Amino acid sequence: MNLDFTPEEQAFRDEVRAFIAENYPEHLGDVGLREDLSREDFLAWHKILGEKGWSVPAWPEQYGGTGWTPTQRYIWSEENARVNAVMPLPFGVSMVGPVIYTFGNEEQKAKHLPGIRSGEVWWCQGYSEPGAGSDLASLKTTAVRDGDHYVINGQKTWTTLAQYADWGFFLCRTDPDAAKPQEGISFILVDMKTPGVEVKPIKLLDGGYEVNETWLTDVRVPVENLVGEENKGWTYAKFLLAHERSGIAGVARSKRGVEKLREIAANETLDGAPLIEDFDFARKVSQLEIDLAALEITELRTLAGEQAGNGPGPESSILKIKGTEIQQRLTELTLEAVGSYAAPYYHSIANDDGSNEYPVGPDYSAHAAETYFNMRKTSIYGGSNEIQRNIITKMILGL
Amino acid sequence: MDFNFTEEQDMVRDGLSRLVREQYDWETRRKAIESEAGWRPEIWAQLAELGILGMPFSEDVGGFGGGAVDAMIVMEEFGKGLVVEPFVPTVVCAGGFLKHAGSESQREEHLSAIIDGSRVFAFAYAEPRGRYDYADLETTAKKDGDGYVLNGHKAVVIGAPWASHFVVTARTGGDRRDREGVSVFIVDKSADGITTRDYETVDGRRASEVYFENVSVPADALIGEEGGALPLIEQVTDEAIAAQCAEACGAMKVAHAMTLEYSKQRKQFGVPIGKFQVLQHRMVDMYTAYETAVSLTYLATIKLDAGEKERKRAASSAKVGVGQSARFIGQEAVQIHGGNGVTDEYAVGHYFKRLTIFENEFGNVDHHLKRHVSLG
Ligand SMILES: Cc1cc2nc3c(=O)[nH]c(=O)nc-3n(C[C@H](O)[C@H](O)[C@H](O)COP(=O)(O)OP(=O)(O)OC[C@H]3O[C@@H](n4cnc5c(N)ncnc54)[C@H](O)[C@@H]3O)c2cc1C
Ligand SMILES: Cc1cc2nc3c(=O)[nH]c(=O)nc-3n(C[C@H](O)[C@H](O)[C@H](O)COP(=O)(O)OP(=O)(O)OC[C@H]3O[C@@H](n4cnc5c(N)ncnc54)[C@H](O)[C@@H]3O)c2cc1C
Repeated sequence: MNLDFTPEEQAFRDEVRAFIAENYPEHLGDVGLREDLSREDFLAWHKILGEKGWSVPAWPEQYGGTGWTPTQRYIWSEENARVNAVMPLPFGVSMVGPVIYTFGNEEQKAKHLPGIRSGEVWWCQGYSEPGAGSDLASLKTTAVRDGDHYVINGQKTWTTLAQYADWGFFLCRTDPDAAKPQEGISFILVDMKTPGVEVKPIKLLDGGYEVNETWLTDVRVPVENLVGEENKGWTYAKFLLAHERSGIAGVARSKRGVEKLREIAANETLDGAPLIEDFDFARKVSQLEIDLAALEITELRTLAGEQAGNGPGPESSILKIKGTEIQQRLTELTLEAVGSYAAPYYHSIANDDGSNEYPVGPDYSAHAAETYFNMRKTSIYGGSNEIQRNIITKMILGL
Repeated sequence: MDFNFTEEQDMVRDGLSRLVREQYDWETRRKAIESEAGWRPEIWAQLAELGILGMPFSEDVGGFGGGAVDAMIVMEEFGKGLVVEPFVPTVVCAGGFLKHAGSESQREEHLSAIIDGSRVFAFAYAEPRGRYDYADLETTAKKDGDGYVLNGHKAVVIGAPWASHFVVTARTGGDRRDREGVSVFIVDKSADGITTRDYETVDGRRASEVYFENVSVPADALIGEEGGALPLIEQVTDEAIAAQCAEACGAMKVAHAMTLEYSKQRKQFGVPIGKFQVLQHRMVDMYTAYETAVSLTYLATIKLDAGEKERKRAASSAKVGVGQSARFIGQEAVQIHGGNGVTDEYAVGHYFKRLTIFENEFGNVDHHLKRHVSLG
């Protein structure tokens, strides 16, 4: 057993660190709130990485992956987190991309994979519906075959950043009479510009707009947009969810978050001394670091398993639960650190150019409460933490 | 021992409960907090008419002779409706300073105006670097002839955009953080040298950064003893803590009830989610957290008139216990609502936000645990 990086891995770290230092867009350095960005800013780093050939490291090499080992990919995410980089969004790179290269046909691969790699095409995920959240298999959106087309009708919701999306991948019911609800579902790619697709923003409790209702009314989609086999969509969706979960731990980003928290607490004062010297506060930061170390090693153990050929399994639910708890705890402590300046509502103190001229509180306090509120979503989405526990109950404990 | 309320107190609660139900429904509230003004002076006028603004003051100054328990009842109802009107800054804080330490002429001038609703106060005590220590002051008041000259910056002054007057804490002597040398002043907001930057707060209220630049105030702006106001500030803020704990209890009660109701309506896997035992037990824990918070709020309220040490211990106990319950209930209420819990549309998120900001007003959990320890 050994936790050291090899000299080759060290050299790899130096290489990617240098690349990031030279190429990462300066104006996006250390951005805190990703949901606020413009479409261009979301895609800026993705496009640079696309040109370099580094935008989809985890993909098989034949589809443009880098061939990095899981350890190298881990180093890559750490180095990006050091600058708090705006990473390529998961919907194309980690979700629909792997489904397409695993289950799609050659035409679909040729048509869609290049745009995902380059960052030219923005994808959104159309799974959830108002009545089908945790119980996703109860979804009601239908796709009915009509000659060379499917005609899709229904309502999706919580579609993240669909306001920018070019394409979406949707779960639709193609066989309403299937014996089990999971068996009548298909995985269909939809051009978001197709007539009948309507995206309506949902305002979240932090005041931002990162999710939408997506209405589909008589949307005609060519049958060649079906991925894999008709009525087998649930299998692909589950494959994708496991992929989604393994990236969700966010260890590297949380490490950077702890550093930032320490910086904030060094700047804040209590009884005339830096807050970070207050024992009560310092012990909470240490506790968080300990939890994060436990998560990190757990993730590395999972990665090592993957390297040995085991795909992401139900253990990834542990990463989702602990990872999101840590992310949320980080926002709690940040909120505590900024004290009274948690209260000002960011949207009412920022000037039109985003600056906080004639400032209300230190810059780092500006988003503290909003981020805390927003991050409550992490224990709800991607399979709620209750659902993750149910998965472990069933798949690991065998109850 | 008696945990009953008097008939008058029940009437006050019923009256306020009706007012909140009928005039503070969710859509009306939303419109009001999003309006230019951000509050409704007409609600304030009604509170004056109902005698709510005069309740804690003695009859000889035009009040109704109520006490801390009455303020608790009022605040609990306000908490249920997430009422934003500035009862705590005006009635509990400014009213408290005047009640405990105001001269006869100060009471005459200000108390009747508070009671009839014509004068609204904000309490300017926090500073950018003072955290929760009322003596950690950079704002100064220098003696100048008969009066004083104020300089400094007060942070996140809740209700300041609505106020005509401020109660301001400032240093008249001693060093930053000394217990001695702290004084309290009443300042007209229109005085020369005061500027404000107004903004919304995340919990639907309004606040300001308030800057004092060579603001001259007369000698009778001083409330209480020059340089000896810290014990007075502690008394009044303990009263504010008790009142806000009651508000938080009201908000927690509603957040819990909403969650329970939602869990009966929302179906997944063919059953109401309230059938899942893990959520049932979570809601039981929320209920327990609420009930214990109510108990600590009673304790803090009843001990406001006890000796100084007992009062402080009780107030800090409440701020710790109610603060912990507020965080737990707020977070779990959102969690059990699923995606709807993090939307602006569902009311539950707004209760969560108010409970979050409540947690660090007048000192957060850590601060009051420390104070509890230091009291022995
Ligand atoms: C910010 C955000 C972004 C999202 N982005 C997307 C997206 O891009 N695309 C997409 O398709 N979806 C997206 N989602 C939807 C997300 O996947 C769902 O919110 C999630 O599956 C939960 O469903 P729900 O909101 O309907 O809650 P519900 O399923 O109604 O759950 C409510 C509560 O009940 C609990 N519960 C449910 N079932 C059980 C059970 N069997 N046992 C115990 N407890 C249970 C849940 O854990 C939760 O606490 C997003 C959600 C959010 C909040
Ligand atoms: C020190 C001690 C003194 C006692 N004294 C007495 C005595 O004087 N007289 C007497 O008659 N008995 C006595 N008892 C027995 C006691 O009442 C039982 O232990 C108790 O009722 C639990 O029953 P059990 O031990 O069979 O556990 P079980 O009922 O088998 O429970 C095992 C676990 O399952 C959980 N569980 C069970 N049902 C559910 C459910 N529906 N939902 C969720 N969780 C569930 C329990 O909470 C527990 O954690 C005593 C026990 C102890 C430990």
